[in-house]
Parts: sequence; structure tokens; C-alpha cells
Amino acid sequence: MSLEVLAVDDSRTMRDMLNLALSSAGFTAHLAEDGIHGLEVLKDLNPDVIITDINMPRMDGFGFINAVRAEPKWSRIPILVLTTESAAELKAKARSAGATGWIVKPFDPAKLVKALQMVAG
Amino acid sequence: MSDPMAEIRASFFIECEELLESLQDGLQLMDDGDTDSETINIVFRAVHSIKGGAGAFGLDDLVHFAHRFETAMDEVRAGRFSPDAEAIRLFFACADILADLVRAARDGDQVDDGITGPVLENLDKLVGLEEEEEEDLDFTPATLSLDFGDGGTLPDLPELPDVSALPSTDAADDALPALDMPVPAPDTDIPPMAEPECKGFSVKFKPEDALYASGNEPLYLFRALRDLGDISVICHCEDLPQLDSLNPDTGHLSWDMTIHTEEPEQAVREVFEFVDGLCLLEINALTGDQDGTSSSEHTPISPAPEISPPPQVETAPSLPENAASTRVDAAKPSATKDTTKKLGEAKDEQSTQAKAAATPTQPRATVRVDLERIDRLVNLVGELVINQAMLSQSVAEAGLPPNSPVSTGLEEFLQLTRDIQESVMMIRAQPIKSLFQRMGRIVREASASVGKEVRLRTDGENTEVDKTVIERLADPLTHMIRNAVDHGLESTEKRLEAGKSREGHVTLTAQHRSGRIVIEVTDDGGGINRERVKEKAIQKGLIPADAQLSDSDIDNLLFLPGFSTAAEVSNLSGRGVGMDVVKSSIQALGGRINITSQEGKGTTFSISLPLTLAVLDGMVVRVAGETLVVPLNAILETLTLTDEDLTALGPETHVVQIRGGFVPLLDLGAELGYRTPQDSYVGGTVLLIGQEDGNRAALAVDSIEDQRQVVIKGLEGSYGRVPGIAAATILGDGQIALILDPTDLVGQATGRTRVRQPQQLLVG
Repeated sequence: MSLEVLAVDDSRTMRDMLNLALSSAGFTAHLAEDGIHGLEVLKDLNPDVIITDINMPRMDGFGFINAVRAEPKWSRIPILVLTTESAAELKAKARSAGATGWIVKPFDPAKLVKALQMVAG
Repeated sequence: MSDPMAEIRASFFIECEELLESLQDGLQLMDDGDTDSETINIVFRAVHSIKGGAGAFGLDDLVHFAHRFETAMDEVRAGRFSPDAEAIRLFFACADILADLVRAARDGDQVDDGITGPVLENLDKLVGLEEEEEEDLDFTPATLSLDFGDGGTLPDLPELPDVSALPSTDAADDALPALDMPVPAPDTDIPPMAEPECKGFSVKFKPEDALYASGNEPLYLFRALRDLGDISVICHCEDLPQLDSLNPDTGHLSWDMTIHTEEPEQAVREVFEFVDGLCLLEINALTGDQDGTSSSEHTPISPAPEISPPPQVETAPSLPENAASTRVDAAKPSATKDTTKKLGEAKDEQSTQAKAAATPTQPRATVRVDLERIDRLVNLVGELVINQAMLSQSVAEAGLPPNSPVSTGLEEFLQLTRDIQESVMMIRAQPIKSLFQRMGRIVREASASVGKEVRLRTDGENTEVDKTVIERLADPLTHMIRNAVDHGLESTEKRLEAGKSREGHVTLTAQHRSGRIVIEVTDDGGGINRERVKEKAIQKGLIPADAQLSDSDIDNLLFLPGFSTAAEVSNLSGRGVGMDVVKSSIQALGGRINITSQEGKGTTFSISLPLTLAVLDGMVVRVAGETLVVPLNAILETLTLTDEDLTALGPETHVVQIRGGFVPLLDLGAELGYRTPQDSYVGGTVLLIGQEDGNRAALAVDSIEDQRQVVIKGLEGSYGRVPGIAAATILGDGQIALILDPTDLVGQATGRTRVRQPQQLLVG
């Protein structure tokens, strides 16, 4: 099943890789550079799932998740957090912000796809 | 285009350069006393992003160094460590090494462990972290290996389970590898359960409301479980209230599942990784009599064509609305719906993406373009400029009145052409910042090596300069900066004696000034010790002992080949490169370099460069019926020869006397083989050419026609290198004219005729 994915990451390299991995899996990838940009892109989208980095300029991943969850029509969109560390506190923080799950960077494309399926079918 | 990963890799290294730049910026701000959390965050993020990308490409050295650096920065970020000046110096050193590692990784080189090791040790000591053991790195670089080779698809990627094909789970099961979710979370404390006789598990699962709030969906968990083996599910809906008392945000369902699998408990737990703590979860290994498959009350998922939801579900939206709808539709229709939506929206999506890309609030919208394409554009605009000049000339020759429509139209055309030319040149222009940042490192290294405290200040870093100019400025500027630190600034003791600040300052500025770029390197050192310079020059036989020199003459002695003011050559500046080489590099860029110095106050080296290498200010001259262009920056002055000026040294060798000095006379026509040397040059026009080695020569021409900007057209592509000729251009009348390389021409001529240039003529 093809998913429509919004991926938010300030690193161009990471966006390129997400785009490649997602589109290679037959998903539709939409990309944004930070939380604020992500919210803008989201206005015209109804993605099946969102992937977001944490540490970003302007609006970080936590702020972004909070903002997404605060909007009723987006509140149920599964959100996966991209993190380099699998630190427990980071996960806890991501979850309390409303994240659905997490992906540890650098990600294996197959695992990324697996994780997406886990939260979005 | 063939290898997307190679492209991403290349783009990663470009991004790294940008990140290194913001890293430097951030550290500089911190060094200036900025303790703002966003500043620290910028530094952290830069290191973090480099690490992230490096991990994906398996650049282990880079990952490990970046990780340690990041850890230290994280201490700062968390407020557990407040960096002092020494710490920031160390951070700068780390940034430098990080830059080295990035470039080494890019070029496939290695960076000496002897350099990284001590810095890392200091870093750990400084921040108070024990040196991390390799195992402690919870960041495990996992190389991303995508083989997109031909088809552009992931060959290893499991076939995605199509929800509409839910019944045919066997195929999906085979295609899907054992669930190996993100990375085993080190924090989840799971005892390894490896009971060989265990053939499955019973799972009790009761989601809390928070599970739904976090966007998790039990259905997908069941599907993931199904990938592990046969599964049967019982849904408990006893707790479901009446519709009128139902709160849509509260979950009321719970499930009992039995899964038959060869996988260990860990695999089952991983399925629930995201919901760990958001549900009641009990996982027990199956014993023989618990075997769920035999139980008739279970609702098996796999063999059934649909996940038969209990009828209540349909009427009781105890699940989040969208999840419930998926559920009620029992997956199959939802998939179809999705597909049709995708098809229908394909177009819209494109426009959405385009819209997103054009969003004005986006940090910095850039397009990456091949340099070749830009150069082609630059070239075409050059043609346009020539064409316009030709048209103007034709119009002028046609004798049309200045107020005729053609003339006014042409005027506008002229303006537009200029605007286009400038805009195109701007594409090649880059802020000089990257170059200035490299100088920060030079100052740090140079000051450490000579034991001086030096601070670099920069100004005008956003001044834009042609890319090629920036690249070719790096070496001369590096040398000048080293010189300023080594020779320009006094030792700390001397500074304190002179009542100056302990810390020496080197200032690097860039600005646009009348169509050129002016870059200045200023130190607040002792200024040029002219007595010593002169002494040295006399000692070296560069000037006669009785030479009468102005201050500026003496300063310019520094540009003579082989001149070194340091009493003993230090290991820093004394690398066999003198200011003469700096000067020739600058001249090769069409630039000029000047020194001003004030005793006790400091010295300023000022470089003036053309904005672009694509056009050139030239003097159009005629000689032997040919039209030639001489770069203006090479011409010191022009004069008309009188009888007294000329002295014949032989039948074909003349020298020109200029203000008491003698300069060899070269007949440009003869040098280029247009004619034989003339008998007399009295009354002729000569161009006084300044050589990069300080020597001069007089070029005899027939007449000077014009002074104008010309578009440079390379010759080397068609003719190879032609001695004495730099390039060609097309003049307004359509005539092709060669652009001289005066340095080369004079060098060749003087070498051939072996005119030994009198040393006392060097300074003028």
C-alpha cells in the first residue's frame, strides 16, 4: 500500500535519503526543513504518517509534534521521530509530546518502511 | 543520475561545508561571549547533522569524532558545563579536525590519529566526561546500503503487505523478514527469553487512552504480529458502554492473542516497542495445553478474509474516529479508497509540492546548478555584450539622430545588457565568508605555533566574489595572514611594553569599491621596521647602499623575490613562499596589492581585485596594423618617447630612461612577429609594464585607441597556450583582438635577449 509521508528534517542529506527510501518503497514523500515549514506543508496535505527530526532550527521536533497534535484534524496522524540516540529520555520526551514511535538514525530503509507500516498500515 | 546514493553522498559533503560554516559562526559567537542557547544549539546541530549523515555513509572516523564532539557540546547545551576561553579554543580545534575529517572522508584520505587523539582526550577531560568506551556508544553506525542501480526500486525491500490482499498472508509472511524494529532499545529491560521448546506466545493487550492519543493503532500492531506467525485474536468488548454514554477519546477494548511463532519473545516485544508503557501488556510463552489454535472461540486473523470486527465496533466508535473507520471498513475498502485518492490527487500533490517549495518563509531556497551551465550562460552573455557593442557601432555609423527610436531603443538595450551581465556574474559570485572562515583556522594555528595571543576580526564577509577568485585567493591570503601573525604582530611582552592590549588583532575585511573587490589584511602590530627592511635589502644586494627610497618604496621591497624580514626564518612563514609569490598570484587574478604601514600602529595589505574573471579592463592599442588589448592592471603609465629618453645598448636593444632609472624597451610588433624592430622609436608611444617581480619593461606600440571593458574569450580550447597571449576578445566593430599577457611576454623577451635588468631600477 502506498503511503503518503511527510518527512521533516533540517539536514538536506537526511531529507534526500528519506526521499529516496520512501519513493523507492513506492511511497509519496513530502519534505520540509523544520517544524514551521512542516506545518505549512501540512496545511495542504493529509499524510498517512509524519516522520520528524528532533533538533531543528526555528521549531524543533517536539514543538512540531505538539503543534500537529493540537490541531484536531491532524491529532491522529501517526508521527515517527527520527533520532540518532535511542536514549530512553529522548523517547519518553518524544512520546509525551505525542509521537507515535521512533526511528533510529542512520536508518535502514527496510526498517524505515517496516516502522511506517507498523504505525500507518 | 545513475546512482542516487552517490548523488546524495556528494550533496552530503556540500551540506557538511555549510554546516562547518555555521559551526564556525556559532563558535565565534560563543567566543565573543554569546551564551544564548540557540547559539549553542547551532553548534550542536551542526556537529549532530554531520554525524547523522556520516553514519549513513559508514564514515566511521567522522562518526566517532563527531559523536565525541557532540557529546561535549551536549554538556554545554544542557548547562552542565560552561565553556571558558580555553574550552572554546579547544572547540575550535575540534571544529578544525572535524573539517579535516569531512574532507578526508570526501577525498578518501585519512586523518592522522595523532592529531585527533589528543584533542579528544582534552575534550573529554575538559567537559569532565570519562573517555567513552566504544561499547558505550549508543550510536551505532549502520551503513546505509541501497542498491538502486537500475530499476530505482529497493531490491531487498519486502513486498509491502497490501491490505486489500490481507487474506493471502502467507505470501506476505514469506516476503517479510523477521520483524527487526528500529534498534533494540537498550533501555527496555528485557530478559533474553530463549526457550527452545516455546513455539509461541499468548499476549494480553489492553491499550490505554494514551496509546490512541499518540497516534498508535492496534490494528497495525496485529498485522505486524501476524508477520511473525499465525495469530488468533479475541477482542473483549464487554466494557463497551452504551452509545449515549460513550466517550470517543476513551478506549474500551482489549485483546487476547495467541501467536504461533519460532521467533523469540524479543521479536514479539519489539512489535509493541512504540506502545510500551501505553498499554497493559502481558506476554507469556505458550505451553502445550494453551495452544490457542485449537480453541474455537478465537477469531483467527490469517485465514479469515477480513478482520471480522465484533459488530459492536461498528456502532460504538470507542476507537479514534479515523482508526475506527479503517477498522469498520475492514482494511480492504480503505486501501482501495486510498489508492483512488492517490491517483486522483497525484496532480494536486505535484502542485502542492511546488507550492511548498516556493513558500517564502522557507529558510533559503536554493537551486543547485552545474557550474558548466553557468559558465555557458556567462559565455553567452559575453556574446550578447559583444553583439550589443557591434550594434551600437553600426547605429552610430549609420548617422541616426540620437533621439531616433532606434537610438533610444538601443540605449535601453544597452542598459538591459549590462543588467543581465551583472546578474549572470552574480550567479558565479559567492560570499567571501567561507574563505574568511578558513583564515580563522590559520590564525589559530599560526598564533599557537609562535606563542602569540591573536584574535581575528572579520568584516564584510557577505561581500560576494567570483567563485574562481575565492578559490584562487586562498593561498595568497593564507600566506598574508600567517605573515601578519608571525611578522606583523609583536610578541606579547613587546605589546605590553608598548602599552597595547595583550592580544594582537588581525583584521580581515572585504568590500566592493568602484567596481572592484578590496580585501584588506590589517594587523595592529609594530608596523614595518623600515630601517631593517632597507638594511636587509642592501645586504641582499637588492638595492644600492646609497639608494634614496621613500617609505612606500621601502615597504614595496617586501614584494621582491626572496625577501624575508624575519631575522631568522621562522618555521611558520618561512616556507619558501615570499610576498613576491603572493603578489604574482594576485596579479594573475587581475588584481593589485598595496602596503601601508605606520610605525608602532600596524600594517595593512590591501588587495584590489576585479569582480569577475570574465571581463577585463583593457587598453586597446594598435601595432603594425593589428589591434591588441593590454590588461589595464599591468600598465603603470604611458608615455611618448623623446630622443633623450632612449639609449641604445646594441643594434636591437634599447633602454628607456625613466626618472633616473633604465627600463628595457620592447617593440610589441617585433615581439609578436608582426614586423622587424624599428630603427627609431623616438616619438613613439610606450606602455610601462609593471612586472610581478618588481621589474618593469616598456612596450612600444603605434598608438593607443581606447580604454574599455572587454569580454575574455579563452583561446586555449582551440589553440593551446600561446606565449605572450592571455586570451582574445571581440571588439565593438566585430574585430577580434588578442589580449596580451604582458608578464609572460616581457619575461620571454627579456629572457631571450638576456637584457640584465639593472637592480637599482627596481624601485620607482
